[in-house]
Amino acid sequence: MSDRNTGYDEWIDALAAGEGYALVCPEGHGSLPPRRVCPECGSSPLSEEPLPAEGTVETYTVVHVPSPRFSDDAPYVTAVARFGPVRLTGIVRGVGPDADDGDGDAIEVGTAVEAGVGERETDGGRIVVLRPVET
Amino acid sequence: MTEVRVAGVGLTRFGSHPERTGRDLFAEAADRAFADAGVDRTDVEELNYGNFMGALAEHQGHQAPLMAEAAGVRCPATRYESACASAGVAVREAVRTVAAGDADVVLAGGMERMTNLDTEGATEGLAIAADDLFEVRAGVTFPGAYALMARAYFEAHGGSREDLAHIAAKNHENALPNEYAQFRSEVSVEEALESPPVAEPLHLYDACPITDGASALVFVSAEYAADNDLDAPVAVTGTGQGTDRMALADRTEIAATPAAADAATAAYDDAGIGPGDVDLAEVHDCFTIAEVLAIESLGLADPGEGIAAAREGRTTADGDLPVNLSGGLKAKGHPVGATGGSQIAEVTRLLRGDHPNSEHVPDAEVGVAHNAGGTVASAVVHVLEVAE
Ligand SMILES: [Zn+2]
Repeated sequence: MSDRNTGYDEWIDALAAGEGYALVCPEGHGSLPPRRVCPECGSSPLSEEPLPAEGTVETYTVVHVPSPRFSDDAPYVTAVARFGPVRLTGIVRGVGPDADDGDGDAIEVGTAVEAGVGERETDGGRIVVLRPVET
Repeated sequence: MTEVRVAGVGLTRFGSHPERTGRDLFAEAADRAFADAGVDRTDVEELNYGNFMGALAEHQGHQAPLMAEAAGVRCPATRYESACASAGVAVREAVRTVAAGDADVVLAGGMERMTNLDTEGATEGLAIAADDLFEVRAGVTFPGAYALMARAYFEAHGGSREDLAHIAAKNHENALPNEYAQFRSEVSVEEALESPPVAEPLHLYDACPITDGASALVFVSAEYAADNDLDAPVAVTGTGQGTDRMALADRTEIAATPAAADAATAAYDDAGIGPGDVDLAEVHDCFTIAEVLAIESLGLADPGEGIAAAREGRTTADGDLPVNLSGGLKAKGHPVGATGGSQIAEVTRLLRGDHPNSEHVPDAEVGVAHNAGGTVASAVVHVLEVAE
């Protein structure tokens, strides 16, 4: 079984190189690859536009019960962050798993993050990583 | 259009039956449905069967012919898959088939076998209802996805874990007399709050259990019911379905479920009713926050007000609008591919007056069932009414 997913892997490569992008349709809707048409309105062509350097956390969770691919990662923090025309879902690094302890110094909705690529501790698989930006 | 009646309903006890095969579970539910209906199996013209993760859990694809055998019917049989809404879509197609006059008798329902997997295996199985590339690889589990929705809801509207705990306590209390429920035990608000975290802010008692079980329903045309002198007083008067973007991150809003709102609008229009006509609801509370999002999408609570409905007693058994009198997925259990069918069975029993909780809704004439797939990228809503 091939592990390669054409479109997605090229996008991860670009994100790892600091050149992450969103696909944007003529109407301005953002989406992530692989796409042939805009999932919102069906239009094309789609252009590759650079992601903003910083995104904003819109929601997050601390996962204590993982699936097998994340056995050794749990507990971990997953967040959804807005980057211009798209949102990215990623593992938050640079904060502890006690992020939800309420002391407010770890992560919260509104935290500024940058996106990159890291590895799962469990099996080394590549993952989208979000890191709080020093402000 | 032909009027569609629920002639019979059948459920297995929901719970942990790790050694029982899927075919045996569905056979039991179908047997009960036929006995309840008084319909001859040889009259069944189609089987619509829901199942989600049988290929993982039982190494069994192509389950529909197997389940036709188990139910003792020989007719076109098709498996429907829409994650946790698999039985909901199977029911919807059965209703449409009878309504269109294409068949007089259709058997529908579903089955899921889950507890033979360990917790990680079941977690993996459920996670595949999310977008593999952009969600599952980013650590999103099924509870994790609803946790993301819960936090977004709190951020948009306020609310607290205590509000959610009231939903858990309500649904556990409703399950106490339900002979088909997995958990027939009370859970207090304090116990729910103190249970261990699964995916914060959701804790163990915010989550439905892992469940084995099956549901089966015999749908007939009103003409068939009259010709065969059936006791089938409940009609399915409305059906609707909605679809949203698969990944949470791609939705317009994370703290709302427009697919369910679309399904509800279509079902209400089909039935010629509005949310104000609804007397009771069975909704897809795979997590406590899901009940909040469901009643808002169904128009039974305004956006931002669903969170307090259980705490304020509006949706409790003695409230104006009882929600999940069966115990819901939370306490009754959630064999995912069977759940949509079991909701129809519970609403039917509540409206017929033969549910152990019917005493709370003696004058109910209109019930709705809300079944969701994944993080509500799929949603199915049905309206049931007392027809005679
Ligand atoms: Zn577009």
